[in-house]
Amino acid sequence: MVKTPIKPLDLFNIDSMLSAEEIAIRDTVRKYVEKRIKPEVADWYESGELPVAELAKELGELGVLGMHLDGWGCAGTSAVSYGLSCTELEAGDSGLRSLVSVQGSLAMKAIHAFGSTEQKDQWLPGMAAGDIIGCFGLTEADFGSNPSGMRTNAKRDGGDWILNGSKMWITNGSVAKVAVVWARTDDGVRGFVVPTDTPGFSANLIHKKLSLRASVTSELVFDNLRLPASAVLPEVSSLRGPLTCLNEARFGILFGALGAARDCLESAITYGLERDQFDKPIAGFQLTQKKYADMTLELGKGMLLAIHVGRLKDQGLATSEQVSLGKLNNAREALAIARDCRSILGANGITLEYPVMRHLCNLESVFTYEGTNEMHTLVVGEALTGLGAFR
Amino acid sequence: MKIAVCVKQIPDPAAPAKMDANYNLARDTKLIMDESDSYGVEMALQLVDKAGAGEVVLFSMAPGEEVSGLRNALAMGAHRAVLISDPRLAGSDALSTAKVLAKAIGRESFDLVLAATESSDGYTGTTPVQIAELLDLPSVTFAKGIEVKGESLIVARQTEAGFDEIEVPTPALVTVTAGVVEPRYPNFKGIMAAKSKPVEKLSIDDLAFSPDSVGASGARETITSIRPAESRGAGTVVVDEGDGFAKIIEYLESLKVI
Ligand SMILES: Cc1cc2nc3c(=O)[nH]c(=O)nc-3n(C[C@H](O)[C@H](O)[C@H](O)COP(=O)(O)OP(=O)(O)OC[C@H]3O[C@@H](n4cnc5c(N)ncnc54)[C@H](O)[C@@H]3O)c2cc1C
Repeated sequence: MVKTPIKPLDLFNIDSMLSAEEIAIRDTVRKYVEKRIKPEVADWYESGELPVAELAKELGELGVLGMHLDGWGCAGTSAVSYGLSCTELEAGDSGLRSLVSVQGSLAMKAIHAFGSTEQKDQWLPGMAAGDIIGCFGLTEADFGSNPSGMRTNAKRDGGDWILNGSKMWITNGSVAKVAVVWARTDDGVRGFVVPTDTPGFSANLIHKKLSLRASVTSELVFDNLRLPASAVLPEVSSLRGPLTCLNEARFGILFGALGAARDCLESAITYGLERDQFDKPIAGFQLTQKKYADMTLELGKGMLLAIHVGRLKDQGLATSEQVSLGKLNNAREALAIARDCRSILGANGITLEYPVMRHLCNLESVFTYEGTNEMHTLVVGEALTGLGAFR
Repeated sequence: MKIAVCVKQIPDPAAPAKMDANYNLARDTKLIMDESDSYGVEMALQLVDKAGAGEVVLFSMAPGEEVSGLRNALAMGAHRAVLISDPRLAGSDALSTAKVLAKAIGRESFDLVLAATESSDGYTGTTPVQIAELLDLPSVTFAKGIEVKGESLIVARQTEAGFDEIEVPTPALVTVTAGVVEPRYPNFKGIMAAKSKPVEKLSIDDLAFSPDSVGASGARETITSIRPAESRGAGTVVVDEGDGFAKIIEYLESLKVI
């Protein structure tokens, strides 16, 4: 007898762990992604172009941008609601989720946590509405996993600051109206809120990407860029600044990566039920079912972990090590799920007609950015042994 | 402009349906807002927006004090809700449902009562006009558009050939067809605000019904048997060999629709 198939995460009854409000927020984002993103994202991916300004406006109207922050036009939702939204956005495309992560968790969070009241008033409402796009520059061409070596620097000139150097792999870089840039100064690493129309600022689009093609990635160059004293984020003067923001964005990724994985798995199950070989659906073969079962287990375990870390975060208890555990596991398992799903789709699996290869390629970036898999392994290793193995 | 919108909360149509012992749809699962009603909610919000002021009040009869579908409509922007929930209402037929909703709506005065043309679970399509009759209101069905003109409404009523334009004095009841407006996504501020919007809960005692006039005992309809709908035969597969367009034309011509 044929039973009605159940969706992978429903097998875990994940919904039973969520409040009505969390489900409502999730469903809103899910509907938006189904209607607005999924029909077009393959074309954006192929052309390497994303209508960022348009999407930012729509996401702003929904309340997605900076949703977990309070005040200044932000919705002030729970961390779990933010995480669930990331899952839905990334079920559309990791590029869309990256746009949102960078805007809300990196650029807005930096200003929200470390900015002056004037900076918050000036930037946050427009960023929450999606009128102003932000980017976040920490990584440099020569300093990725080890940002403490950064060369970008800011020197005082009377009351002003002069910024020199460059940043690499900056999401939203070429479309941003404001960049939060981290630079070395005489009093430690400081954050600067840089309007991108300031003379001396340029952004160069990075081409030939094979991953996150539906996302803008740029190099930022600062050539004797003059900033007033009011441009510096007053409340932090060390790497704690960018790391606080990264921790926030990583939290979104431990939910987000599972969205891409879920979309792959659901596609692979649908495909397997429709695709006949040897006179029956390939979903009916034991080898395929073992793949489905193993992937479902990893997806569900990842979601349980994500929600657990989310609940800790909402109680103010989540540590950065716990976020690392989540990022390490969920980015790694999502990538593994995408690969196995790709195999189930056979030749169709390599095209943009199905979302799987696109997610698979995207997840390679997700595996690397916001702390590589190795970095998070070392964080966990240090937590377990007390011994740092970074250098 | 003050508008009442009837909102049915139904078992998720995406989930497999279960029937109870009396051949009624089992409603002991999580209920959601009937998508057909989201068009009425959207229409009401747009009319109130255009009028510049007013109120959109939701009315729902549902078991188990279910409010999640109502919260959804409140998150879209409706102002408050009235929920009639009473175990003694189980087994109500369309007319009893209409009586209950009419009584609840009739406690206040509204310029307009909106409902969907029919619900997505029961498909009787009779409740709205019964409500109109009980409230002594004129009713217009199958609206694809509503415009306010002084004390009247101009309703575009969908027909097979196109649409009729009907002028109706307010207060009136209008049923709205699906797909005529794009129901807005509730935004997160709306969702957060919906938590604290008032939902008034009423029992049949609050509405002064005797238990035998509503619910299963008051129902004049009984369902004596049910059977699965006949499954449709497989469709014809037409392979496009560059002449797909011509084949579609040929097919439509054979049906005499073009
Ligand atoms: C699409 C995309 C978007 C991005 N967006 C942004 C952004 O908006 N803002 C921003 O600041 N950055 C951004 N990044 C940069 C990202 O954070 C870095 O790529 C990441 O931190 C890794 O740095 P790296 O690429 O220089 O790799 P490297 O640090 O050179 O690492 C290369 C390899 O060496 C390993 N490795 C390094 N050190 C050790 C060690 N001690 N022990 C063991 N293994 C080690 C790494 O794990 C990795 O496998 C983005 C990157 C991508 C791909």
